[in-house]
Order: sequence, then C-alpha cells, then structure tokens
Amino acid sequence: MGKTLAEKVWDEHVVRSNPGEPDLLYIDLHLIHEVTSPQAFDGLRLAGRKVRRPDLTLATEDHNVPTVDWDKPIADPVSRTQVETLRRNAEEFGVRLHPLGDVEQGIVHVVGPQLGLTQPGMTIVCGDSHTSTHGAFGSIAFGIGTSEVEHVLATQTLPQAKPRTMAVTVNGSLPEGVTAKDLILTLISRTGTGGGQGYIVEYRGQAIEELSMEARMTICNMSIEWGAKAGLIAPDQTTFDYIEGRPEAPKGAEWDAAVAHWRTLVTDDDAEFDEEIVLDAADVTPFVTWGTNPGQGCAAGRLGAGAGGLRRAERPGRRREGADLHGSRGRHPDARDQGRHRLHRLLHQRPDRGPARRRRRARGPQGRRRHPADGRARLGASAAAGRGGGPRRRVQGGRRGVARRGLLDVPRHEPRHPGAGGAQRVDLQPQLRGPSGQGRPHAPGVAAGGRRDRRTGHAVVARRPGAGHRDRRELRGPLTWRSSPPTRESASR
Amino acid sequence: MEKFTTHQGVGVPLKRSNVDTDQIIPAVYLKRVTRTGFEDGLFAAWRNDPDFVLNQERYRNGSVLVAGPDFGTGSSREHAVWALQNYGFKVVISARFADIFRGNSGKAGLLAAQVDEKVVQALWDYLDDNPGGEIVVDLEARTVSTPDGSVQDSFDIDDYTRWRLLEGLDDIGITLGHDADIAAYEAKRPSWKPVTQHA
Repeated sequence: MGKTLAEKVWDEHVVRSNPGEPDLLYIDLHLIHEVTSPQAFDGLRLAGRKVRRPDLTLATEDHNVPTVDWDKPIADPVSRTQVETLRRNAEEFGVRLHPLGDVEQGIVHVVGPQLGLTQPGMTIVCGDSHTSTHGAFGSIAFGIGTSEVEHVLATQTLPQAKPRTMAVTVNGSLPEGVTAKDLILTLISRTGTGGGQGYIVEYRGQAIEELSMEARMTICNMSIEWGAKAGLIAPDQTTFDYIEGRPEAPKGAEWDAAVAHWRTLVTDDDAEFDEEIVLDAADVTPFVTWGTNPGQGCAAGRLGAGAGGLRRAERPGRRREGADLHGSRGRHPDARDQGRHRLHRLLHQRPDRGPARRRRRARGPQGRRRHPADGRARLGASAAAGRGGGPRRRVQGGRRGVARRGLLDVPRHEPRHPGAGGAQRVDLQPQLRGPSGQGRPHAPGVAAGGRRDRRTGHAVVARRPGAGHRDRRELRGPLTWRSSPPTRESASR
Repeated sequence: MEKFTTHQGVGVPLKRSNVDTDQIIPAVYLKRVTRTGFEDGLFAAWRNDPDFVLNQERYRNGSVLVAGPDFGTGSSREHAVWALQNYGFKVVISARFADIFRGNSGKAGLLAAQVDEKVVQALWDYLDDNPGGEIVVDLEARTVSTPDGSVQDSFDIDDYTRWRLLEGLDDIGITLGHDADIAAYEAKRPSWKPVTQHA
C-alpha cells in the first residue's frame, strides 16, 4: 500500500522506532522565541548540557515585543526580561538570533519561509502552536511546550506518537473574492473546533493547488483552530518558485537534487487516510465569525438572506467581491444609501426581523441598547443576560424574553428546505456536535446515538431534552465525511 | 537529574486537602525566566501566617511534605513542582495526587508517593508527637516509615516513574541514551537540507 505525504515525511525522520514506544523523530529546524525558551535554556544550564545543533536552530524576538519604538528600551518589565534573556542565551549557546530592529526579525512562522529555511519534507518545531504554518511547504510542523523545546535543543529529536492522517480534498475553484481563510473557517464551522483533533491533515484538490503560498500558509496555520496536530500541503511548482533564490535555499546542483526529492513528496494514489473530508469549493462563500471560538462563523452572504440585506449582493450582476463585504468599516456598497453598517447587522440583527424593526433601528444607536450579550448565539437566558461573565443584566421573561428583546441571534423561522432561502443557521455551537478525535463513532454533526433526516438523509443532531424545535441542527451542504474502516494500526492506537 | 534511592528528612505536615497549584505557587510568581528561585512564592498566601507550618523553625529544613488528599490539582504549571524542589522538598506524600502534578513531578525528579489515607494520618500523628521528626522514604522497597518504627507502610508509584527516578533519568537523559542512533541518522542527512549557520 502506498503512503500519504505525511507518512513519507514522518518515516524519513524516524531515528529510532520501537513497538509500544513513541517514535524518536529527528527535527530539521527548531525555531525559538523569547517567551517559551528561557526556562528551556535554564534547564540546559542546570544540567550542564549544550545545544546539540545550533546550526539547525534559529531565534527571533516576536511574541512579547513592541511593534513601535523598538529602538528604545522596552517599557514592559516582563517583556524586557524575556528579550534580554533570549539575547543572553543565544550568545551563550551560539544560536543565530534576529533581534528587534534586524531586517530579518519578524513573526517566527514567517521568518522561516522568507529566509528559505522552510522547505518541503522537513520536520519543523517551535514553542508556539501555529508552527503548523510551515506545513504549507509540505513539511510536518507543529508546536511544542517548553520542556520539549529543551529536549530538542539538547538532542535535536523529539519522541512523538504517530498521529492519524486525514485528507481534506477541495474540488473545483474557489469563487472570486473567496479567500483561504473563508475556506478554513467553513471547515471549522461545519465540523467544530475539534474536527481535526489528533490528525495530521493534508489539504489537497484543485482549489488548494490554485492557492498562493501565503494562502496555503493561512490554511495550515489555522489547522490549529481546527484542533489538528498539523496541516500540510504537497509541494508543487508554486512551492518551488517561492523558495528558489531565497537566502537559505539550496543553490546549483543542490537545488536540483532537492527539487528531485521534493517532487516525490506527494500522497500515493493507493494510500489510505484514516479519515477523509471532501468539499466543493464552489460552495464556499465569504465568512464572518463572532463570539469566542473560531467555530462560531457563518457565510456572510447567507446570514442576511431573510432580511433581504446582503443577499442582494449575491444576485447575478450585482456580485461584489468579498473584500467589499468586509471592507471599509464593514459597510457594504449597497448599504450606503441606507446609512447602515451591514456587518453590524449581520452580527446584531435577527435575520427574520421585519421592516418595523428596521425602522426603529434606523433612528440610531439609541434606538437599541447595546449589551455584551448581543449577538452571542444560542445562549440561555442567564448567559445572554450577562451572568455567564460580564456585567449582570436582568431580563424579564427568561430565555424567550431575551430573544424577544433582540438580545439573542436565534432565527426562529428556519426555512423548511435547506438551501431554499439560502439561509444558514447561525446558532451552531460546533462543540456540541459530538465528540471528535480518536474512535469517532459517528460523523461530526451527529451526536452519539444521533440519527439522519429520513427525507434528506442529512445528519440530524438529537434534540436536547426540554429544548424546542430551534435546537435541531443540520449538517448540510456538499461537505461529505468519509471514514475508512479502522486499520489494524489505527485500531491499536 | 539526581538518582533517588532512599531519602530521610524532616517531615512537614500540611494538614489541608485539595491544595491546588495556584496555592503551591500563585500565578503572580510565574514571570520568572529561570527554573530556580520559585521557593519565595511557595504557599505564598499562607506564608504571611506566623503559625503556618513552614514558618516554624523546627520545619525549616523540611524535605518530606505530608499533605492531605488531592494534592496538586488545578493549573498544569510545572512551576509548582519546581517551587517545592527549590524550597528543598524531595518527597511529597499524599493519599491522592492530581494526574498532571504527578506527571510533572516524575519528570522533574520529585517523588510523589501515594499512600493510604490512614498512613497520612499516622504520619501526622507521629509529627505531632515528634515535631521536626524525620521520615524515611525508600523508593527501591516502595516504603515510607519513621525511624522509631511507629509507621511502616508501602506507597504506590508506577514502575516507569520509579525506574526513571532510581536511574536519575529525565526525558532528555533517556533520549541521549540513544545518542549513537541520532549520530547515525545525522550522518545520512542530505547535504541540501538547510542550516541556519554556515561553517
């Protein structure tokens, strides 16, 4: 049987493998910064150890540093101590450092790609969860904790249990104005913030192949918001073109040898993933998120459908680019004559409100009291009233009263036929959609013991006891979830 | 990491249950960039009380903490273990430990000895009768006892953690045991792999 891209890269880096033990994985590049490294260096010092491969280690100051006045002493004492400690440690242990003010200083996940240090088929770690960004180049890249930073500094290896693999295939081309972030947010909102948990996810398909390296980095970066261990994309000509000529990229014959190897870094046709998701790119639209987790998002064009708002922008001939939707202060061009912020409406107005409501709102901000609970989807009366945090607010009439006063974005009148009005529920709490990760007994969107709608065949989440009709959630759209039967390996894990 | 076989030291009774990691070392003490010096924040909220056990002269050199059940709950901060070690504790005895605290302890070389609740009570009684008295912890035999023999019982610890403590191995020490494998791998790495420093 063939291998997936992730398996190929993984296997190339196994230093030592013993049944029942995690693999000892060699690390090609270790990026460090001032926040998660001080105690790792101090641990080395206490144990009398040195950095094994300073030439595979790169430090930059990027986490807790000012973006202005960086030529002056740092005002914040904690930040100053961290930065000074990193400088001392880099000097003492012989690590290359790009400090504040250096032309190569920058966000740690971007420095590697810009210098050409991030290349296909590598293992890359850093004491920051979003290290998965480097997966865009076809590398296995993931975040680690301070103890692991110390481990990599001392040994250039890391004991790691092999994660399961998942493929996300995006067929077709993304519509005009739809970005990589819309794509990953779609995925997160449909399968929950834990949808990728325990997996190395490979993104593939035409839409992915058409993305720039920056867009691929966005997708891989946000694999973390999806709960994944790492995300990666097979390297192709776009990747090679990005790397070629960068300061640390291979040159001459080395370049040819490297590219020849990189071209082998694709998932074999007969390789099997533990899990696979297929998505139609044409169905992805500009996305907005709200609330407190990245799963709380929905398609911008669809949310306003009931109110006749943004939906107009979707009509042929009147289509606007996503940038316009979110653009200048969230104001849609079509909305200018009405003098109203569309994005604000998206978040704070119930889509099914009629004209009366809109007239009242048009009087100005005084027309309606604002509250921290506004726009928070699917909260109980107490939470919406602010008792879940924030200032207390008493709302008469319980949950229904909260909804009636427009404090809760709960669409009461769902269209009967999914997609008929183009409306999408905004009250999804992805974390309630069932467990994720190992041994997932059912597709996301189906609670344990869940069922499927007899007519549509769509997954239907069981009602919570005592909850009304609006608790019914459907997973719809062209997203399909395929779960291959557990292999001997995955079953034993 | 030092090898741990047996330890005999002054027992300190901490007659509280559910001591969480924020009580062991409050968050405000976590700004340090070293792994040492956390002893000043150990049980900080209680150190203002002159009657608190660690403020009593006879427990000044305490190294065996005898605590109530559910020790080390709450936040996962490794600093809680460091603070206890920085102060001079080698062993914590309790009827129940929080999982993360137990894991952090084993990795850092602090012995978390889980005993029956009756043993904790017996040790507290012993320390009441003999303030500043010592306690003997034998990791090889998995026993906890008092020099006068009034308490003699076994404690629980998983085999892997026990082996690591006996050998004085931390995670890095274990990996460095495979140094030859790492060197062999490095010799095979392609020359075009990127480096951050050029010779």
